[in-house]
Parts: sequence; C-alpha cells; structure tokens
Amino acid sequence: MTIPLSSAPWRSAAGFLATLALGLVILFGAPRTLDTFGLVQWTGFAALAMFGLSQGFIWGFAGVMSFGQAAFLGLGGYAYAVSVINIGDSTVPVLLAIAVPMLFAAILGYFMFYGRISDAYIGVITLTVSVILFQLVNATSGSQYRIGTAELGGFNGIPAIPALNAPGFPDEPLDNEGIWYAAMGALVLVYVLLRAVLASRFGRVVVAIRENETRAQLIGYDPRLYKLLAFMIAAGVAGLAGCLYANWGGFISPTVFGLSMSAQVIIYVLVGGLGTLVGPMLGAVLIQALIIAAGSQSLLDSNLGLGLVLDGFVLLVPQGLVPVIRTLGLRLLQRRAPRPGPADGAAGLATERAR
Amino acid sequence: MSAALPPTGLGGAPLRPLIEARGVTMRFGGVTAVAGVDFTLGEVELRCLIGPNGAGKSTFFKILTGQLKPTEGRIALRDTDITGAEPHAIARLGVGIKTQVPNVFNGLSVRENVFVAAGRRKSLARTRAIVDETLTRLSLTGIADRMVGQLAHGQRQWVEIATVLAQEPELILLDEPAAGMTHEEVHRTAALIREINRTHALIVVEHDMPFIRMIAKTVTVFNQGRILVEDSVDAVLADRRVRDVYLGKQAG
Repeated sequence: MTIPLSSAPWRSAAGFLATLALGLVILFGAPRTLDTFGLVQWTGFAALAMFGLSQGFIWGFAGVMSFGQAAFLGLGGYAYAVSVINIGDSTVPVLLAIAVPMLFAAILGYFMFYGRISDAYIGVITLTVSVILFQLVNATSGSQYRIGTAELGGFNGIPAIPALNAPGFPDEPLDNEGIWYAAMGALVLVYVLLRAVLASRFGRVVVAIRENETRAQLIGYDPRLYKLLAFMIAAGVAGLAGCLYANWGGFISPTVFGLSMSAQVIIYVLVGGLGTLVGPMLGAVLIQALIIAAGSQSLLDSNLGLGLVLDGFVLLVPQGLVPVIRTLGLRLLQRRAPRPGPADGAAGLATERAR
Repeated sequence: MSAALPPTGLGGAPLRPLIEARGVTMRFGGVTAVAGVDFTLGEVELRCLIGPNGAGKSTFFKILTGQLKPTEGRIALRDTDITGAEPHAIARLGVGIKTQVPNVFNGLSVRENVFVAAGRRKSLARTRAIVDETLTRLSLTGIADRMVGQLAHGQRQWVEIATVLAQEPELILLDEPAAGMTHEEVHRTAALIREINRTHALIVVEHDMPFIRMIAKTVTVFNQGRILVEDSVDAVLADRRVRDVYLGKQAG
C-alpha cells in the first residue's frame, strides 16, 4: 500500500484532503469548544491566516518578493469599512474589498512587470508603496477627509465598522459566531480556490516561471502577464483578509498598512514553509498565538522575542515547519511498512517546492 | 559566400526561406559580437554552425530567439519580420531553442517540464498525448517523475530537448546539444537530430567535429562575428582557413 504514497500526485492530493478536513473540523468544532473570547481570537487568526495565504502564494509559488503585501490588506480593509458605512448592506463592500486591491495591484503590477523591474526592486517598490499608503491614510485626520459618510479618521482610524450581514439584511449583522463562520469558511474556500489555481494550467505556468523565466519565455509564455495575474490574485486574497480583519475588531487604522504588518506576514511564510499553502496559515496562527502570549508577560520585550523566534527558524529550520513535518511523516510511513526499493519519495520531497 | 543572393536554396529548398537574416549586427559597448551577418535557412533544412569560442554563434542564436535585440539588421521568419520581437512572440511563431546552459524547470518533475512546454493553447487530452509521445521518444519515461534539478547534466540536456520538441516548433535551434553527454548519448542525439530533420528545420551549434560529421549537410563557419565560409561539411572541414581559425591563427 505504500506505492502510491511515494508518488508525488497522490501525496499532493492526500495533503490537500487532510488540510481540507482539518479546516472543516476547525470551522465547525471551534464554536462548540471555545468560549466567545476564544472564538473571537480565532476569528483574528483566520483573518491573518488568509493574509499569510496571500503572501505564501505570491512569494512561494509565483516567486515574486512582495515586501509590501500589507498595502493590499489595508486597501481591502479600508475599502470594506468605507463602503459598508455608506451602503449598509455588506455584500457589495465585501466584493469591493477584493476588487479594489486587485485593481490597485493591476496598475502597480503593470508598471513593475512590464517595466522589467528586477526582483530586488520589486521588493523595494512594494515596500515603499505600503509606506506611502500608511502615510497617506495617517494624514487624513479631520472631518474634511471623508468618503461619503465615512470619516477616514487619520491615525485613529475608523471605529464601529458595521459587521457582515446575510445578503439583503443590513439590519441583522452577524454575531461573533456568525463572523467566525464567515471568516473561517472564507479561509477554507480561498485555500481550495488557490489549490485549484495551482493545479490548473495557469498555476503550473506560474510555478514554471518561478523556476526558470527564460525557459518559460522560450516556449511561448509571457512571464509579465502571468506574474501580473498572480500578483492580482494575491492582492485580492489580501484584500479579503483585510475585510475580515476589519470585521474582527469592528475597527481599522493605518497600522494595517504598516511595516510591521508586511514583516509579520513574511515571518508567517518563513516559519510555516515557503512554497506551501498550509505553512503560511500555520505560521500565522503560531506567530499570533506567540505574540499574544508574549504580550501577557513582561520578562522579555515581545518584538525581541519575535526576532529570536525568526532567527531560530532561519538558522535551524530554514525550510519552515510544513516541509520538515511532511518529510518526517513520510519517513515514518516508509519505516512502518518497508518495501524493497522505497523509490526516491523522501529525496524527492526534500526539494519538492522548497526553494 | 554570404553575398545577398536570392535564396535559391541548397538541396532544392523552396524559394521563400524559413529564416532570412540580413546585415545582422550586435554591439556590446565597443565590442562587436556579430558583424553584418547574412544568413538564410530553407524549409526543413539542417544547418550546423561552427566556429571558435567567442565567434558569435550563441549571440546570433539569442538574436534569432529575441533574447537580444540586434543593433542593426533585419530578420524574417517566412513572411514575418521578427527583428526585436519578444522571445515569447517568436516562440509562438514556431521557434524552439535548447540553450547552451540548460534552461529547465529544476523544481519540477520531468513530466511537468514537458507538460508546461506542450500545453500552450492546446486541449488537455492533446497535451497529455504530446507529453507521453515526447517522453517515449526521448526515453525519459523511466525518470518522468524525478525532479529535473537532481538529474545528471546529460539527462538535463535531454529534458530540455524534450521541452523544445513538446512545444512543436517548426524551427529548432540547438546550442551545443552534445555537450556533457556520454559517447552513447551523443550517438542517440545525432540519430534524434536526423529523425527530427525529416520534418523540421534545425540549426545546430557544436564544437564536436565527429558529431558534426554524423549529422551535417551544410556547415556555416562563424569567426569574429562574421561568416567565414558556408559550404558542404566535407568542403568546410577540408578548408584551410577553418583549420586556421580553430588553431587560433586568424585568417586575413
């Protein structure tokens, strides 16, 4: 029975189903086991896990080093907040939270990719753009800065953002449990969609371009277009994460655009595993849990602690958690049911997607 | 030899050539890598390019595939002017290249490499058929699920040739296809090139003279960015000037 286990497609499908099952268990199990405080906390984890997915996709699979993914998180959050205050019903605002960052990414990405900006400068430009947005939104204090009835509020941000509601019932906002189902359900859905994208021909070309842009070009693919589309997809996911983030606390401020947000999401991906989708989600939950734990003690400065954790990972587990766990798990399976010539499953796994 | 004659073709090629390059020049700063090259290739023709290191062969290939934009000159693929076109656009017109340093997708399996090359604008069933056919043709079926990054140099060369064939080009450029291959692999490569040439035009850059003898009909010799001589393989290899440039004595 171990033959299929060592074949890459089977392993990939098994990983997908296991993750999906775990996601569904958490989705329906959490409201039954956690108290309200815990559930709200986990809603925040789900929003940030979605943000991790966005970074994991664009960096790990498209090979585009976006250092300012927080720009799209913030744009999504603000797009939702401003439009839901104006419209009332949350259906269109949710769509705007996805569409606005995607449109912004389309324009920014067009100039970066079609302008043949090198990889390092793409990092610099995305970082700079997120800082510019931070400064811009930060400077909007005062009642003259308003979009419709929504005051932007400068550094203080926008308080009392109306929560999601079932489409067509703006007067019945979802309670904490409802928002949990929306956030976690969206996370599971986006994970499935990204897996589908990666399994599609488009996704394979995106990964191929990451592996060798010259070869992709020489067989007739235009890397600029594929990178642009991948960048837009990642921006849409980050935007939805921003929408959930705004729903989580009912509040949004310019810190969502901040450097620490962009840095944190990179840490999620590094800790969880670059080149996987599960890793960044896992990384998000672990790091956020750690930050909360660090905040409740006063022995060590929490930022210092976070830095130590990151250094530890880069030095000791540079691949990230998920690839390491996967390799260990596979080795155990092979040891338990030894077969003559266990193929090169484990060897293949060590380099699989890990770059 | 490189006079701008109307292409009558060697071996009865049609009147309109597959590739027609006129006065192609490439300068990098003060260095002229390719200097006013006129080059014509007929349909289903096999041409070998030889010449010492730095003669401009690979640069000429990069110009043909759009990786470099020539400083001067024009290149036509059949009726289409491809001078300065993007590499992906030239590839879509039916030009495939195996580069000197293998360009493969290291983190993907052999099968995935070929799949990505075969799959542009084709149905999934058709793509799979091409993938299976190509893997069988190049005897890669046994290592189809291996990561390309883990393969030996010779095998990586074959994978790259497989990706080039899978994209179903009409003109195939091979830059040193036999480099790093064992004796047996070289023979297989030569047999493969002859087989491909039954239906496709090829330009092959090689240094390996026995290999050239195995496959060549017409040979073009590059030296210092210019075409030194263009003739049948026997005439070229007997040519004193060719031997001189290979021995480092510069003719003229």
